[in-house]
Amino acid sequence: MKPAIELKDVHKSYGTQHVLRGVNLSIPEGKTTIIVGGSGQGKSQIIKHSLGLIRPDSGTVKVFDKDINAINKKQLKEVRTHFGVLFQNSALFDSMTVYDNVALPLRERTKFAEEKISDIVHEKLEMMDVVGSDDKYPAQISGGMKKRVGLARAIVLDPKIIFFDEPTTGLDVEKSNEIYRAFFRTQAQLQYTAVIVSHDVPKIFKLADYVSLLFDGVMQGCITPEEFQLSENPAIKSFVRETMGELYSSEVEGLL
Amino acid sequence: MMKVFERLGSSALLQFNEIGRMGIFLFYSFLSIVRPPYKPGPVIKQMYVIGSKSVFVILFTGVFTGMVLGLQGYHTLSKVGAEGVLGSFVSLGLIRELGPVLSALMVTGRAGSAMCAEIGIMRISEQIDALDCMAIDPHKYVIAPKFIAGIISMPLLTAIFDVMGIFGGYLVGVKLLGGNEGSFFTSMYNNVGAEDIYMGLMKPLCFGVLIIWISSAKGFYVHMTKGGGFGAEGVSGVTTSAVVLSSVAILLFDFFLTSILI
Amino acid sequence: MKKINVETGVGIFIVVGLLCLGYLSMKLGDVSLFGTDHYQVNARFVNVSGLKEGATVEIAGVTVGKVSKISLDDYEAFVSLLIKPDVKLQEDVIASIRTQGIIGDKYIKIKTGGSEEFIETNGEIIETESAIELEELISKYVFEKE
Repeated sequence: MKPAIELKDVHKSYGTQHVLRGVNLSIPEGKTTIIVGGSGQGKSQIIKHSLGLIRPDSGTVKVFDKDINAINKKQLKEVRTHFGVLFQNSALFDSMTVYDNVALPLRERTKFAEEKISDIVHEKLEMMDVVGSDDKYPAQISGGMKKRVGLARAIVLDPKIIFFDEPTTGLDVEKSNEIYRAFFRTQAQLQYTAVIVSHDVPKIFKLADYVSLLFDGVMQGCITPEEFQLSENPAIKSFVRETMGELYSSEVEGLL
Repeated sequence: MMKVFERLGSSALLQFNEIGRMGIFLFYSFLSIVRPPYKPGPVIKQMYVIGSKSVFVILFTGVFTGMVLGLQGYHTLSKVGAEGVLGSFVSLGLIRELGPVLSALMVTGRAGSAMCAEIGIMRISEQIDALDCMAIDPHKYVIAPKFIAGIISMPLLTAIFDVMGIFGGYLVGVKLLGGNEGSFFTSMYNNVGAEDIYMGLMKPLCFGVLIIWISSAKGFYVHMTKGGGFGAEGVSGVTTSAVVLSSVAILLFDFFLTSILI
Repeated sequence: MKKINVETGVGIFIVVGLLCLGYLSMKLGDVSLFGTDHYQVNARFVNVSGLKEGATVEIAGVTVGKVSKISLDDYEAFVSLLIKPDVKLQEDVIASIRTQGIIGDKYIKIKTGGSEEFIETNGEIIETESAIELEELISKYVFEKE
């Protein structure tokens, strides 16, 4: 299968901190790939490298077979039109209303008339169950709603790849379920490649086609959730044990 | 011993790094100003923030600066019997020096700090990254309107400051201390020339660029600031340093500009 | 009170700013947008020490124009004056350089003449009196005393 994104031997260090130590990862097109790992392991770094926001110290990052660190600004802009991102804290523009936030990519990137923009924005907002909050500012809506508005903004240009940076952090179970439902709905409709960075384990496994663990600056496998839970890889094994607890692992043992 | 050199070297490199970064920032900002499309909406909003909202503080400081100039000037000049030139004393002092410098300092305090904090918060809450990801150039979208608004607003604010200052000088020199009204205005009209006005307009133009440049670049690169780090503390740190650096830069530049233009 | 919206605020700001700018540059800076309808006459002086471009030209104490240019021509000071169009200068006027007060600015005083002929645009004032240098006067006085 053709990979949408391919990281090859990516190294990155900040001062004396060697965060990424030769990351190899290929993200298959049209599927949902989950990147898990402990806090501070540099999971978000992988997203930022894929977006070309950060340059690796060494190694290559390819998006649709293009090395995004070797192309010029214009081409990078072109590549980024295929991206949508849901940031960890939504990154909504707090001086703009909900409507303007979602409309921004359309206004800046397309030449659509205002009526058409309005149609698209309302369609996406409805898809996210955000109705009647057009004129509210991000500070006036709840955290879960912010995420959904952020997601609406991420899909407004119908991108091919969407990154989710900790989509459910800081939300209670009910709110995060809402996000997951919204995610399901939109992916079924728009057929995009999803890359989710999360530590909402094990719930997140239900969404995943592939799971990859970032441990010690290296990716450990990119395998299906079932394989992941049964893996003999010591790093994955200890991660599964730590996050899912004894109860879950005994179930796994039972399967064996 | 080697440690000392190492420290010196690394801090020097850091400084060069920052200067280079700021230079590139200015370059990209100007590039994005001249590059289409041009949208007046954001510029008008920024002019409101930088210009309109600064008018009252400019009016106030302008009048009082002029009044104190009138007071000081009158007492000094009357010692040599030259109260007649008070008008040109006040107006030249304001137009050439005090108007541009003081209004630039006021704008730094009012708009520069706010701008730095605003951009800094956009940076740490990933709003600038979000723009990048949507392939919207943050220089074009966030920075360029501020530059244009600053370049337009500063000369206008300075002109308001000058006129208010002259009015203040007139109040004190003529109305309060009883100087001759005719000689106040005649000496002003006779002694202020086109080159003074030219200097009085070039300075605020340069200061405008300087203020916006330093304030927005400091906020823009808050995440790269050494020792500042992230979060609210990082933003407050760069805001302080932006105001200090802008103010110092204004005074330094004032000297160089004066020596070039005089 | 109704809150002023952004556009109005900016509009007021620009108008006020431009008015101030206009006052400064037109009234003080002598920058005229529409060109000047003053006409030019020239005069030669032996010495214009202290006279500056922009200095006033007066007749009977009334300002009628200003000095537009001072240059050196054949070791004499060649001064161009811009005179208001409604003021006609007779051919035999005398232009002299005077000082306002003792340390005040130098200006040009024109004494009117009796001729029927008027000086035309770009014409020349024949009779001139140079600037009186204070130092010269004082030294003359001091040395004559001895």
